[in-house]
Amino acid sequence: MSMFWTIWISVITLGLIIGCYFLLRWCLSNKTGVAEGESMGHEFDGIEELNNQLPRWWTIMFYMTIVWGFLYLALYPGLGSYEGILGWKSSNQNIQSLEESAQARIDAKEQGYIVEYDRELDFAAEKFDPIFEAYAQVPVEELAKDPEANKVGQRLFLQNCSQCHGSDARGQNGGFPNLTDNDWLYGSSGAKIVETLTLGRKAAMPAWLDAMGEDGIEEVVNYVLSLSGRDVDPQLAEAGKARFAVCAACHGMDGKGNQALGAPNLTDNIWLYGGSHRAVTETLTYGRNGVMPSFKKTLGDDKIHVVAAYVYSLSND
Amino acid sequence: MSEISQAQPDYNYKVVRQFTIMTIVWGIIGMGLGVFIAAQLFAPMLNFDTPWLTFSRLRPLHTNAVIFAFGGCALFATSYYIVQRTCQVRLFSDKLAAFTFWGWQAVIVLAVITLPMGLTSTKEYAELEWPIDILLALVWVAYIINFFGTLVIRKVSHIYVANWFLGAFMLTVAILHIGNSMAIPVSFTKSYSLYAGAVDAMMQWWYGHNAVGFFLTAGFLGMMYYFVPKQAGRPVYSYRLSIVHFWALISLYIWAGPHHLHYTALPDWTQSLGMVMSIILFVPSWGGMINGIMTLSGAWHKLRTDPVLRFLIVSLSFYGMSTFEGPMMAIKTVNALSHYTDWTIGHVHSGALGWVAMVSIGSIYHLIPVLFGQRAMYSTKLVNVHFWFATIGVVLYIVAMWMSGVLQGLMWRAVNADGTLTYSFVESLEASKPFYVVRFIGGCFVVAGMLVMAYNTWKTVRAPKGSIAADPATQPA
Repeated sequence: MSMFWTIWISVITLGLIIGCYFLLRWCLSNKTGVAEGESMGHEFDGIEELNNQLPRWWTIMFYMTIVWGFLYLALYPGLGSYEGILGWKSSNQNIQSLEESAQARIDAKEQGYIVEYDRELDFAAEKFDPIFEAYAQVPVEELAKDPEANKVGQRLFLQNCSQCHGSDARGQNGGFPNLTDNDWLYGSSGAKIVETLTLGRKAAMPAWLDAMGEDGIEEVVNYVLSLSGRDVDPQLAEAGKARFAVCAACHGMDGKGNQALGAPNLTDNIWLYGGSHRAVTETLTYGRNGVMPSFKKTLGDDKIHVVAAYVYSLSND
Repeated sequence: MSEISQAQPDYNYKVVRQFTIMTIVWGIIGMGLGVFIAAQLFAPMLNFDTPWLTFSRLRPLHTNAVIFAFGGCALFATSYYIVQRTCQVRLFSDKLAAFTFWGWQAVIVLAVITLPMGLTSTKEYAELEWPIDILLALVWVAYIINFFGTLVIRKVSHIYVANWFLGAFMLTVAILHIGNSMAIPVSFTKSYSLYAGAVDAMMQWWYGHNAVGFFLTAGFLGMMYYFVPKQAGRPVYSYRLSIVHFWALISLYIWAGPHHLHYTALPDWTQSLGMVMSIILFVPSWGGMINGIMTLSGAWHKLRTDPVLRFLIVSLSFYGMSTFEGPMMAIKTVNALSHYTDWTIGHVHSGALGWVAMVSIGSIYHLIPVLFGQRAMYSTKLVNVHFWFATIGVVLYIVAMWMSGVLQGLMWRAVNADGTLTYSFVESLEASKPFYVVRFIGGCFVVAGMLVMAYNTWKTVRAPKGSIAADPATQPA
C-alpha cells in the first residue's frame, strides 16, 4: 500500500474518532440558550423536546470506547500499512501457494511477527505430531489391530472421507466404493491403501457406444451379467462373449478384473455404479471416470498412515 | 395531548394508507415464507423436490420480502406521514408519491417472480437482477425528491429529529444500492458484479451491514422519534442526546461492514477498522434507546393499559439488546465462535423481529385509526393479544438460535487429545434439530400475531367512519 493511502486512511479514521470526541464534548456543554431540563421551544405536530443533559454513565462509556479505539489501533494493524506495536497478523495474507506459505512462516518468525494462524499450526504440530509420528512407525497391517489408533483413524475418516464413502464406510452408488466388503479395486495391502490415499486414483472406463453400437452393447451387457450368475438371454450373452475380448484387456479373460489398473472384478456381483441391466448399459455406453482425490496436502503422510490402518481394519478383521 | 394545531393542512394520506395496508400484507407473506423455510430445515421433504420451493431460492425471497417489502412499506408509510405532520405541509408531489407506491410494489412483485425462478445476482440482500435494480433506483430517487422537497416547503422553522434520521436513511440507501449493484449485464436476466474477489466481498458487506444500519436502524429510529413521544404524550427526553447520537451513529455505522469478514482474505487492517468502529458504535446506538425509553418518564403507568405503547417500548428494549450483541459479536475472538453459526441468525432476528417489526407494528396501530377516520383500533384487546404473540414468538426464536449457535460454535472447535475434530458437521446439524423446531414454533407465533393484526385492521377499516369509540386507556393525555 502506498504512503498516500495509509495517510488517507489514518486521517479519516482518526479524524472520525476525534470528531466523535469533540461532538460529545460540545453536546455536554449546554450551548442551546435554554436552561437544562426545559423545553427547547420547538414544537412538531405536538411533540416537544427537552434540553436534558446526557446521561453520565453513557458519557463515560463513550469516552471509554474512544480511548479503547485509539489503543487498539496503536497495538494492531488498522491504519493502512502501519503494522501496530504488537506485530500481530491473522495470517501471512499475501502468499499464493503452499511453498510460499512455508517460506512466509520462516520469514515472519525471523522478523518477530506474531502470526496467529502460524502460532496455531505450531501449537498443533508440537502437541499432536508426536502422536502421529509414533503411529507412522508401526506397519499399517499391525496398526489396524490397535483400537486407539483405529479410533483416531475413524475420526479422521469421518472428517475427510465420509462425505463420499459414508459414515459407515459402506460407500454409495455412483462410484464410491464400499470399503468394508474386502473387494478392492487397487489392492488391499497397507502399502496400496496408503498409495491410494496419497496419490489419489483416476478410473478410466471408456465409452463403447461408437465402437460397439447399441446392439453390441446389449450383447456385452448380457454376457457381463451372466458372469455373476444372473439370468440373461443366452444367445445375446454368447454373442457378447465374443465381443468381450476388448474388455478382457483390462478386466481379464475371466472378468475377474485387474488391480494394477483398478479394473473391477465383474464376477462378484458388487457394482460400483449399480448392477441393474440399465445401469450396466449406461456404464458401457458412456464410460465411467471415478476420481479419488489425493489427500497428501490435506492430511500429510503420518495421518494418511493412520486412516489407511483404519480402512484396512474394516475388511481385514 | 392538547390540540395545538388548529386547522390542519390537507395532508396526502392516500399514499400513507396504501403503504400501511401493504405493510401488513407483505408482513404476513414475508414472515409466512420465513416460517415455511424454517420448517424445511428440520423437515427437508417440505421442498417437495420442486426447484422453486427449495430453501436456496425462498430464503432470498424471505429476506427481501421482510426487509424491503414489509420494512420498506412501513418506512414509506411512516416517513410520508411524519414528514407532512412535522413540517405542517402537504407532500411536495402527489404524483411522485403515487409513483413511489406503484413502483415499489412492482419491484416487490418482480422479486416474488424472479427469485423463485433462480434469477439472482447472488449478492446477499441485493439478489435482484439489474433491470429491477434500475427500477428500484428510480423509485428511490423519486422518494428522495419527494421527501426532501417536502422538507424544503415546510411551514415550521426547525427540522424535527425524526426527519434527520429518515433523510440520512434515504440518502445513504441510495448510495449503497447504486454502489453495490454496479454490474455488467450479459443478458436481460443475468449480470456480473463490477467488483472481483475480496473487493467484491467488501462491497457486499459495506452494503449488507449498512442495509442494517441505515435501512433497518436509522429509518426505524426516525419512526421511533415520532411515534414514541406521540403515543406516550410526552416530550422527547433530550434534544442534545439526539444530536450527538445521530451524528455519531451515521458516521460510525458506514465503517462496520468488515466485521462480517473477520478471518477471511480481507486485509487485516480493514478487519481491525471494522471491529474498532463497531465497538465505538455501541454507545451512540444506545443513545437512541435511552432517548426513546426516557421519553416515557412520567408516563410509565401507560404501559399497563396501552398495548401500542408496549410494542414501541419493547421494540426499543430489543433494539438495545441487539445493538449490544452486535458490537460484541464484532470482536474478533467472539466472532471466531459465533461466525457461520445460528447465533448470527438469532442476532439478526432479535433486531428484525424484536426491533424493526415491533416498532413498525406499534406505529401502524397508532396510524390506522388516524388514517381511516376512527378514534381507536377495532379491538384494543386484540392489539394486546398480538403483542403477546409477537413477544413470545421473538423470545422463542432468539433463545433457540442462541443455544443452537453457541452449541454449533463449540462443537465445531472441539478437538480430541490427538488433535482430530471431535464432531463431524452432520453431528452438529443433528444437535441443532430440536432448536430448529423451537424456532419454527416461535415463527408461528409471530405470523399468528400478524394475522390477528390483519383481522383487527380489516374490522377497523370496514367500520363506518368515526363509529369506533376511543378507548380511554390508550388515549394520549
